[in-house]
This record gives sequence, structure tokens and C-alpha cells, in this order.
Amino acid sequence: MIKELLIKNKSKIVDKWIQSIYNSYPPEASKFLGNRKDRFGNPVGYIIADSAEKIFDEFVNNNNNERIKLLLKEIIKIRAVQDFTPSQAAGFILSLKEVIYKELELEVKSGNYFNEFILIDVGIDNIALMSFDLFMEAREKIFQLRTNEIRSRSMKIID
Amino acid sequence: MNIIFSLLTIAVLIVLAVLGAGTIKLDFLFGIIFPYAAVSVFIVGIISRVIKWAKSPVPFHIPTVAGQQKSLPWIKSSKLESPSSTPGVIGRMALEILLFRSLFRNTKSGLIDGQKLVYGSSKYLWLGAILFHWSLLVIFLRHFRLFMQPVPSFVLMLQNIDGFFQIGVPELYVTDILITAALLYLIYRRLADAKLRYISLASDYFPLFLILSIAATGILMRYFYRIDILKIKEFAVGLFSFHPSVPQGIGILFYIHLFLVCVLVSYFPFSKLLHMAGIFLTPTRNLANNSRMKRHVNPWNRPVRVHTYDEYEDEFRDKMEDSGLPVEKSNSLERN
Amino acid sequence: MSESKLKPEELAGNIKYEPKEKDWLDPSVEFKHGVFNYSGIPKNVEYLQQPNPRKWQPTDKDWQLPENWKQIILEGLRDRLHRFRSLQIFMDICVRCGACADKCHFFLGSGDPKNMPVLRAELLRSVYRNDFTLASKLFGKFSGSRELTVDVIKEWFYYFFQCTQCRRCSVFCPYGIDTAEITLLVRELLNLIGINIDWIITPVANSFRTGNHLGIQPHGFKDSIDFAVDELEQITGIKVDAPINKKGAEILFITPSADYFGTPHYYTLLGYLALFHEIGLDYTWSSYASEGGNFGSFISHDLMKSLNAKIYAEAKRLGVKWILGGECGHMWRVIHQYMDTLNGPADFLEVPVSPVTGTRFENTRSTKMVHICEFTADLIKNNKIKLDKSRNDHRKITFHDSCNPARALGLIEEPRYIIKNVCNNFFEMPENTIKEQTFCCGSGSGLGTDENFEMRMRGGLPRANAVKFVKEKHGVNFLGCICAIDKATLPPLIDYWVGGVDVGGVHELVGNALIMNGEKERTTDLRGEPFSE
Repeated sequence: MIKELLIKNKSKIVDKWIQSIYNSYPPEASKFLGNRKDRFGNPVGYIIADSAEKIFDEFVNNNNNERIKLLLKEIIKIRAVQDFTPSQAAGFILSLKEVIYKELELEVKSGNYFNEFILIDVGIDNIALMSFDLFMEAREKIFQLRTNEIRSRSMKIID
Repeated sequence: MNIIFSLLTIAVLIVLAVLGAGTIKLDFLFGIIFPYAAVSVFIVGIISRVIKWAKSPVPFHIPTVAGQQKSLPWIKSSKLESPSSTPGVIGRMALEILLFRSLFRNTKSGLIDGQKLVYGSSKYLWLGAILFHWSLLVIFLRHFRLFMQPVPSFVLMLQNIDGFFQIGVPELYVTDILITAALLYLIYRRLADAKLRYISLASDYFPLFLILSIAATGILMRYFYRIDILKIKEFAVGLFSFHPSVPQGIGILFYIHLFLVCVLVSYFPFSKLLHMAGIFLTPTRNLANNSRMKRHVNPWNRPVRVHTYDEYEDEFRDKMEDSGLPVEKSNSLERN
Repeated sequence: MSESKLKPEELAGNIKYEPKEKDWLDPSVEFKHGVFNYSGIPKNVEYLQQPNPRKWQPTDKDWQLPENWKQIILEGLRDRLHRFRSLQIFMDICVRCGACADKCHFFLGSGDPKNMPVLRAELLRSVYRNDFTLASKLFGKFSGSRELTVDVIKEWFYYFFQCTQCRRCSVFCPYGIDTAEITLLVRELLNLIGINIDWIITPVANSFRTGNHLGIQPHGFKDSIDFAVDELEQITGIKVDAPINKKGAEILFITPSADYFGTPHYYTLLGYLALFHEIGLDYTWSSYASEGGNFGSFISHDLMKSLNAKIYAEAKRLGVKWILGGECGHMWRVIHQYMDTLNGPADFLEVPVSPVTGTRFENTRSTKMVHICEFTADLIKNNKIKLDKSRNDHRKITFHDSCNPARALGLIEEPRYIIKNVCNNFFEMPENTIKEQTFCCGSGSGLGTDENFEMRMRGGLPRANAVKFVKEKHGVNFLGCICAIDKATLPPLIDYWVGGVDVGGVHELVGNALIMNGEKERTTDLRGEPFSE
């Protein structure tokens, strides 16, 4: 069963995935982000690592969309205000595919688990689509908050 | 690139010493001229730099405080982190200079079992820095046994403490180990931490390598290639008492050591090593947090354009009167 | 179509984003909307008689600098090195130890290495080394020096308007190197060639002309105070007196203008009005000095001085004995550390004495201006006001130390003492995010504009993250603070990152708990929200 393999290789897969997310930051920062022990001294690194691990657990065990969405949102909110294009900001989930396939290369090549890999593939695509929704949600929130500020300022001037 | 440049510079310096003192035998230049020149550059350089700093005034009273101010008598103020008096400032500066208080502040937080919040420290930089600086000071003072005859008693005491463990012959100085370890750590962290690698300049690596080379040659001379300590003492006392004589047959290792020290000493006033002097003058640390108690005078306080009340009232008088605000000069009589 | 020869990882490579390590000495900035501020509008630059007024934006290729811009900057730098020991020392002694690197909220939230305080300062230091030291002549680029070019100027603009002058890095620096000082001086330099931002220039022009940064004219100011008086009457049943420009009052009260025009600042204003009435304070507002916040301090020492001058001038004109100041951050930095030097001595005032308790505020004996938290803490300590803590029971409160009161004044226990006396539920955020280590709101020093919104969200993440923690752990639903910029910019910040936490001033909480003599039966707090059962 692939599920067991995923659980067994969890720490390797999750670590590599998290690292690939960190690597999307400038190299001088990605190393720092990788020091994820300090929840308050290093919020970006911590939130990425913490949420990514939980997303993986949820994906492997229950695959509950609502739960995944909540976790995903934490990361997307950060990347939506940083220097990323939309695809970079929301597409980080796709690198999980790559990491899984590389880690389970033998199983992929054996062809024995074709159906299960299709499920993983579709599942991650599904999460990627959710990411784009969440990215848009975050951006809309930003624009809404910005608009509120502009409005309240011009109200003061009109008054 | 920066690190390679620094290493190359050190290599060139060593080659210079070997060629100059060893091959061409410019003993007089390397043994006498350079040391005096270096010390002169150091003294003149540091003094002129400090004068330059002191010439710039401190226009504003801008301490960065790190604790409770002295306000109401029943609120306990933090005398060292937010000193309101001179003794407090001296205490704060002493903590900073002797114990590197601010570096010690580095804390990191973490969660145990996702619930309980704990604070660990991230004090490697502090540890590395404090070991390095204190070892350097002790080693510097220890060298006075070579410069002075009779050897001052505090030097003997230091030597005894430093050689406390009495391992080997000659007995091992703890500071020799510590300074080497600290320097290696300080170099390591500049290379290992991507942030630091990014910000480090050649002028950050160079002094580290330079001091490491000085320490290495010193250690080689003391523990491995025993050199004639009596001759060195004779030479050093001569230098120190302004009766220099060119030393004979001391060996190239000593010249390298001496030359690198000369380079370090003369490099000092032109580099970030000035922090040794600058720390005393930094206005965010050496001022008391008494900004509202005592007026601080800015020597160049200059006039600026202001919008006076009269100008303000002239512009808005009608509106002020209409809304019932008091004014200095009323318009209402004329208007009626 | 031929079959794709790409391997999976190569396909994936298209979505990968791994920036290359670059040498920081090469200036490169991209102005993306959402992360920079618009330029000062020419009309107001001209009104303030500042150099080079023109229409331009950071996104323009040509910034229309004066022909001799380079000379102006270098001479300006030389002049400032001679006038500010701080600058001269900070240029010379940094050892780039990196202790400050991960202390900046903008670095933590953006991951942009040039937001490390050390590197922010190096952006200037590299030019200093090039033109003012021997090292560059001997070692060239290896000394870390570089030529001043237009691209360097653009980079300065980008990064020095990405520092909120919060001074957190200065606390951790072994030499106390203060990036706020460097930022202010670089902004001064930039302003010499006409580079500034509108959310500084226009508020400065407004403050200069009308007394407050929003440009509210005297009648508008009076209307809003009157309106607040009416609203307070509706809530408490008591009509309070709020005199404006009253000569001979004992105390002049100065507060940031957002207090009477912004929400949630407004509820703090209601709190002040209620408190002053209850203790029978003989005080006055001023329409001429109707702004405590000093936007000049964000861009130049001279503009700081010219705006600040109004406070003492007005105190003198009205003949008050001393000055009381409301909740504000940067305002208090200027009052505590600059005002007396700039516009003093205040020898026409008396050492502040609380008319209610008789306490002499010895700590303000020269400047003669007392912080409202010092004043109220003293009232509470002496039992001069009646407080019903349970009126804040619907609030679970945490307190955000505003940068300047914490790191310039050391005003740490006073607000906490007040909060603990007006509510039953107070929870601290984690230790390395409060007091002298407090994280900035990410919008201070003139950066709190909507056009800069994304940068603000990045910079505010460390603060919001700590709020989120206490929200999840203790159910915190109210973030107290004592700064007008906090009150303006923390609500959207918290809304984006956390949600469900209101932001308000300490004196709003005081106003909620304050039992006024003769009040009607109170059912709601100052926001009109019902008390908990």
C-alpha cells in the first residue's frame, strides 16, 4: 500500500518538500527560514513547516478538504503578500508530487501501484486548485482592506 | 571571493615577511622600523579617529532603552537597562563592554508538546565573541613578561591562572586553545550561515585570518618549534625601553609573527576594529534615559521656518469665530 | 507535435522559483505595486519649501533629479557626518556580526536580505566608504565600497522607506547602532534632491498649515470634539466640558489628531473626555497644536522641529502650567528625546504636578510634558478614580508595546498597571515579542498607506503571529496599544492574519471601567457594545 509507504517515509518527504518551499526565497533567507524552531522569532519559516507537515498528514490520512483548506490558507496568506507571481505563490503544493515520486521511485517504476499514484496525482492537483482559490481569496481580502482604508481616509476629507 | 581575497592577502604578507626578514635579511626594517612605525600609526590613527568622532557633536539625546524608565516612585525602574543616572550608565556600559550584554539578549522561543512556551537562548555568537575578546586581552597582557624586566606581578598572576591546568612542558595556556577555537567558530559562522556569508566583506574575514595567523605562529613558537625566549626577551625589552637592537638568530617564525602583529596594529585605525574605541562613544548606549529630566543642548540647533499662531489665526479667523472658538484679534466688529 | 522529451523534474522546473545569490553591492530594485509609497505631491513639497518639487513616481525610469544630485548627496552626507556623532560612529564601527539580522520585522516577513538592519545600513556605508575613507582607495571593491549612482539612490528609496524606525535592532546591537537614526538621515539626504513620499509630505504640510496631519480646519476640529462630547453623553448620561484654546487653563492636552478623526482611536478620545471630567481637570485642547504625531520626524530634523515648535508656542500663548500628552508612539519619541532640545527650554512652564493627587512628575521636570499613562497610573495608585473592572469582562486583553514608548521612554509598566486595574482578563504575548523586544505594527514612520499595503502585511506578520498565539491559547479578543499608528494599521493587519481581535487604546478600557459620578445605568462600553452578563 502506498499509504503505508508515505507514512513510513513521511519525515523525508515532508522535509524535502518544506525545503523546496524555502528554496523559493532568496538563498540568504532560505537558510534562516529553515531554522524553524522559533515560532515567534521566525514566523514565516515556522508557519510553512508547521502547516506543510499537517497538510501532508491530512492528505495521507483523511484527505478532508476543509481541514486541508484551513492549513493551506496559513501558507498562502503569507505568500500572497510576498514577492511571488501567482503561480509561484500558489503552486508550491505541486512540488510535493515531485518529492513523492522521487522518494518512491522504485514503486513508481514497478507499475504495481498505478491506481494509487493516479489518486495521489489527482489529490495533489485538487489541492493545487484549492491553493489558487485561496490565493485569490487572500488577494481579494487585501484589495478589500486597501479599499476600506482609502474610503475611510477620503471620508475624513469630505467631512 | 571576499574570503579568497583575505586569504591571499595573508599569504602575501607571510611571503613578504619570509622574503624580507629571511632571505634579504632586512632585520633592521622588520625588527625595529616596522614595530615602531606600526605602533605610531596605531596611536596617531586611533587618537585622530577619536578626535574626529568627538568633534561631531551629539545633537540629540537618543538612548535606546531596554527596560522600565524611572517615572513614578512606586514603579521599579530598571537601573541598568534604562539608567536614569550616571552610575547607571556606567553600569550599563560596563555590562556592554565587559560582558557583551546586548549579544546576550538573543533569545529563541519554542513550544514543548505544542503547548508550553519555553525560551531557550541562542548565545553562540555571544560565547564565541566573549571567549575571543577576553582571551585576546589576556594574551596581550601576558606578553608583557617579554617587554618588561622585572616582570610585573599582575602578569605573573595572569600567567599562573592561564596555565592553571599545568599540562605539558611548557605548560599549556588555556587562552591559546580558547582563542583558536573562538576564531575558528567566528570564521565558521560567517561561512556556514547564509545570511552572514551574504553580508560579510573581505574586511570581515581579513582580521579573523590575520589574528588566527598571529595566534598560530605564536603557538608554533611556544609549543612546537621552541625558540630562544631569552633572545626574544632581550629584543622586546630593548624595543620597549627605546634601546632597540637587531635580534640575531631568532628564526623566521618570529619575524612572521612580529610582522603580522605590526600589520594588525597599523590596520586597526582604518578598519572596523575601531569598534573597540567607538563603543565608548555610541550615543544610544552612553546616555542616561533622563531625556525629560535634564535638557540636552544641541550646539548647532538652528532656526527653522515655523507657522506661528498669528499666521494660523490670520488664515482661519473667520471660521474660528463662526464656530465660537476664542481668537486673539477679533474680526467680528468689522464684519458687522 | 513531437513527443515531449522533458523529464518530470524538468517540467516541474518551470514552476520552480529559486532565486540566485547575488552580490548585495549591485543595486537592483523592482518597484511592484503594493510594496512602495507614492511620491510627495509637488504642491505640498513647494508649500513646505522643500527642494525639487515635480511630478514623478518611483516606477518612472527617470526620477528627474537635479543635475548636481550627486554633489548634493555627498555634501549633505559630509555635513551630517560633522553634525551627528551617531552617524559618524555608526558608519565606522559596525563589525557585521549579524546579531541584528533576524531582528527586523521586515526581514522576518519578507525574507528580503536587504531588510536585515546591517545590510540596510550597509547600503549607505558602502557609499560612505567609497567617498569618505582611505580603505576604498586601497582595496577597491573588496572594502565593500561602491560608487553612488542613480540605481543606488533608487535602492535607498526602496529600503529606507521600508524601515519603520522601530529601533528593535538597536536593542540587540552590541554597539547600539540605531537604524532609525540612519534611516532618518538617509531620508533627509533623499529629500535634498526631492525624493520623498506623499504620506509624509502631505501630512507635514497639513500639520504645518492647520495644526493636524489631516488638514482639519479649526471649526472642523471643534465639531469633532463637540460630536464626541455628545456621543459620550448618550453613553453615560453626562455632558462633559471640553474647552478648546482656553487661556489660563492649568494643563494643555496634546494628542494625535487621529484620536478625534479615526476609528478605533475615537473610543480612546471618549475615554480621555470621561476621565478628565471625572477628576475635574482644568485643561484645554488646542486647535493650533491639534496634532501630537510629528510626521516631520519621519523625514528631517528640521521639519520635525518646525512642527514640534507649535506645542511649546501654544503652551506659552495659552499660559498653561504644564502639558499632558495622549497615547501615541512616534510623537512620544519626539517629545521625550527631542522636544526640549529642539524648542526648549520650557522655562515658562512649571514642573508638572497632578492637581488630583499632588504627585510631582520629577521625571519630566525639564520637558514638562507628562504621558497620559503616567498620569492615569498615578490616579489609580492613589485611588482617585472608581473603576469597575467587570465592565471589560467581554474583553480578553493583550497589550502591544508600541515601539517608541517601549524603546525610547521605557514606558513599560505604566500601561500594564492601568490595564490590570481596569480589566479582569489580561494575557501577555510571548516574551520575545513584547516590552523592549516588541514587534512593530509594520506601518510606522509614514509607511502606513494603502499603496504600501502588502509590505505592511509582511512587516506586521511577526506581531500578528504573536497575537494569533494568545488568541488561540487564551481566547484573546482585544489588542490594547498606546499609539495612533497602531490603532490605524493594526486592525487591517489583524483582520488579514488573525481575525476576531479588536484593536483599541488603553484609555478606551479606562473609559469603559470608569464609574462616573451621576452616570446613568451603563449597559454598553464606549463602542456601544453590550457589557457581558
